[in-house]
Amino acid sequence: MALRLRSSTSKSNFLNILRYNNLGFGTASHAARHLRTHDPTLLRVSQNPISRFCNTMAEKLSSVGENEDANAQVMDFPGGKVAFTPEIQFISESSKERVPCYRVLDDNGQLITNSHFVQVSEEVAVKMYSDMVTLQIMDNIFYEAQRQGRLSFYATTIGEEAINIASAAALSPQDVIFPQYREPGVLLWRGFTLQEFANQCFGNKSDNGKGRQMPVHYGSNKLNYFTVSATIATQLPNAVGAAYSLKMDKKDACAVTYFGDGGSSEGDFHAALNFAAVMEAPVLFICRNNGWAISTPTSDQFRSDGLVVKGRAYGIRSIRVDGNDALAMYSAVHTAREMAISEERPILIEALTYRVGHHSTSDDSTRYRSADEIEWWNKARNPLSRFRTWIESSGWWSDEEESDLRSRVKKEMLEALRVAEKTEKPNLENMFSDVYDVPPLNLREQERQVRQTIKSHPQDYPSDVPL
Amino acid sequence: MSAILQGAGAGAAAALSPFNSIDSNKVVAPSRSSLSVRCKRYIVAGSDDGTNQSFGSSSLVARRSQPLMIPNAVSTTKADTAASSTSSKSGHELLLFEALQEGLEEEMDRDPHVCVMGEDVGHYGGSYKVTKGLADKFGDLRVLDTPICENAFTGMGIGAAMTGLRPVIEGMNMGFLLLAFNQISNNCGMLHYTSGGQFTIPVVIRGPGGVGRQLGAEHSQRLESYFQSIPGIQMVACSTPYNAKGLMKAAIRSENPVILFEHVLLYNLKESIPDEEYICNLEEAEMVRPGEHITILTYSRMRYHVMQAAKTLVNKGYDPEVIDIRSLKPFDLHTIGNSVKKTHRVLIVEECMRTGGIGASLTAAINENFHDYLDAPVMCLSSQDVPTPYAGTLEEWTVVQPAQIVTAVEQLCQ
Repeated sequence: MALRLRSSTSKSNFLNILRYNNLGFGTASHAARHLRTHDPTLLRVSQNPISRFCNTMAEKLSSVGENEDANAQVMDFPGGKVAFTPEIQFISESSKERVPCYRVLDDNGQLITNSHFVQVSEEVAVKMYSDMVTLQIMDNIFYEAQRQGRLSFYATTIGEEAINIASAAALSPQDVIFPQYREPGVLLWRGFTLQEFANQCFGNKSDNGKGRQMPVHYGSNKLNYFTVSATIATQLPNAVGAAYSLKMDKKDACAVTYFGDGGSSEGDFHAALNFAAVMEAPVLFICRNNGWAISTPTSDQFRSDGLVVKGRAYGIRSIRVDGNDALAMYSAVHTAREMAISEERPILIEALTYRVGHHSTSDDSTRYRSADEIEWWNKARNPLSRFRTWIESSGWWSDEEESDLRSRVKKEMLEALRVAEKTEKPNLENMFSDVYDVPPLNLREQERQVRQTIKSHPQDYPSDVPL
Repeated sequence: MSAILQGAGAGAAAALSPFNSIDSNKVVAPSRSSLSVRCKRYIVAGSDDGTNQSFGSSSLVARRSQPLMIPNAVSTTKADTAASSTSSKSGHELLLFEALQEGLEEEMDRDPHVCVMGEDVGHYGGSYKVTKGLADKFGDLRVLDTPICENAFTGMGIGAAMTGLRPVIEGMNMGFLLLAFNQISNNCGMLHYTSGGQFTIPVVIRGPGGVGRQLGAEHSQRLESYFQSIPGIQMVACSTPYNAKGLMKAAIRSENPVILFEHVLLYNLKESIPDEEYICNLEEAEMVRPGEHITILTYSRMRYHVMQAAKTLVNKGYDPEVIDIRSLKPFDLHTIGNSVKKTHRVLIVEECMRTGGIGASLTAAINENFHDYLDAPVMCLSSQDVPTPYAGTLEEWTVVQPAQIVTAVEQLCQ
């Protein structure tokens, strides 16, 4: 219900608004803020006395009636009415029980009775499972390639395939993705080919990124997947900015950003959540709480009940999901996306999972955790096997299709690797292009110098870099 | 000295009158960016018509015959306004912060993607009133008040730019942007490159910096020295209402991320600027006072100290050439080079600290490129390597004073 406030600066009007607080708004400032954001033409904002300043007079709670009970007094502090209490009461640092986790498929892949979930068609479910398998195979092959010395570096997504694929499946292609670096599945779902993945890892001339970034730092303008920046959590404020941009353009899309449990310690995480809430930006914050930040377990990362409780601190609606349950992930992201866009609000999703692989090829996680623990999560809580059980029981998948898929993908993957390895690297001018829109004088000069040096000392330079 | 900075009617303006009446000749700079192409329809101060002059040419650069405005180094409301508006029929007078606001408003009118974000930029109008009135005109969403987290709103601006907007991010004081260094360096400067050119980041990051009037060490920083190494960004510093508006507009239209350095003490400078639209070239230096004996390179507030010293120097018989370098990254070595080839002596006057300042890298660049033309070592006057003290007397002595500039010139010209 819109409050028709004519431009008024008089104090009596101001007090009237406070007095008649049955207008559906909590406080006058609340009213003004809604008017500001949603219908600025109604009000000359600079003349609105309530938009910025709140009355700080004490008032009686109207519902208490005529009782002069001192306990019923209420003060209108900036931000809204606050009731008083004569008892010293601290809010506990944690609730007695941890926030429950939403899941739909049990450990064995059976649908839990009376579970709420968003129905998935056979086509989508089969694509989801196939992409999860493809991701797993791609990870294994790239990892092995690095171990053989063919790749310089790689980071796997083993154990988190459901988060990657199921969340991607629940989004629309116009939703803009701001990844951390463990979400190649989202690109895979959107159509990035195995060859394109391999090209980026080898940094060859067919790479979108023109060979400028480390492996797994994918980016695709076409698929609305923003280039991975290695710095942790810097993509969170970027995502809020993108959501703000989408909101200004009134697009039917949201921004989606991923980060890990470790990333939530960065200042950018807190600021981004705060900003998103204040700006009412349609952004999904998806946290992959996989238990480890390189060697730091979550008990050394934060002392709250995971990530989900942090949303409330910023005024953000949150949910905790079983990240290894593809169906639950799909439903949660699907619902969250609708809420984010239609209600113009951010949503925090904490997906509980486990990082089965090492942090990257530069890490050996058996040095800080037991091999048994890794093995257990890989076998007993495997997201692929759970989802496979469900689609098989729905009659959508079979052993035969499984082995067909696996052998096909493996072959394709090895071929992509082979081709990428053989492809030429980008030529020297790509060292200097795209720093600015047009290379300025100093960069042109520096390129000239490099070329000159190579010419006079050709034996000191790699032969496979075309000039 | 403080008289210079109080804006209207500064006494030092009178000494410059001989130069006001000269038809301005601007040294032509090679067009290095797409900006020159795009803004051909407007009066572009100092940009050439697309001819690419080779940087190392020894021939005298052809001078533009079309008269362009040389704004007074010091603002004036005295009679000399006639000469300063040779290129426009009428002009209008305003203060530097108003010029910035005018430039910003014009760009926001012209392109609906331009938006502003920062602390207190909306209804408060900005701490230095550069965004005054914009929230009322364009609404809360386009002139966004953000919570206090520089890294976050800079990051937000970058994300918005990657999705198609053209944000102008205001740091309330340049010093606060140290908190945004991560986003500026890692994302703003790098993402165009690391994404293979797929994403552009046309942001403008602006704010006041420099030593003010007893603002304390944390609020008197010179960030240009810290940012200058970041690949992928451009840096410009404005010093007059004319170039403030021109640079603001150019920065917004640029496809590259641009950091626009303003100075806390220059916001109230008054000058008459043209009514018709104009842009300044982002990579070009400004010839403030042509001369023969020595090249003095400076920017931002130090320009005014230099011009005051120039007054004394002229009385003593020297003829200094004063260039406001304006473009801090990249340096306009073309204009600077031509000047060095003419005068053979260089003095750099800056507000940065001695170590690692703009002067330090400019000295290196000049020595590297123009060593053969120098008759004396490049001299650089900078602030000392100390945090800026609060006490007024101490603060005054951390900043280069006109007397020191005069002494340095006399030394160099022996």
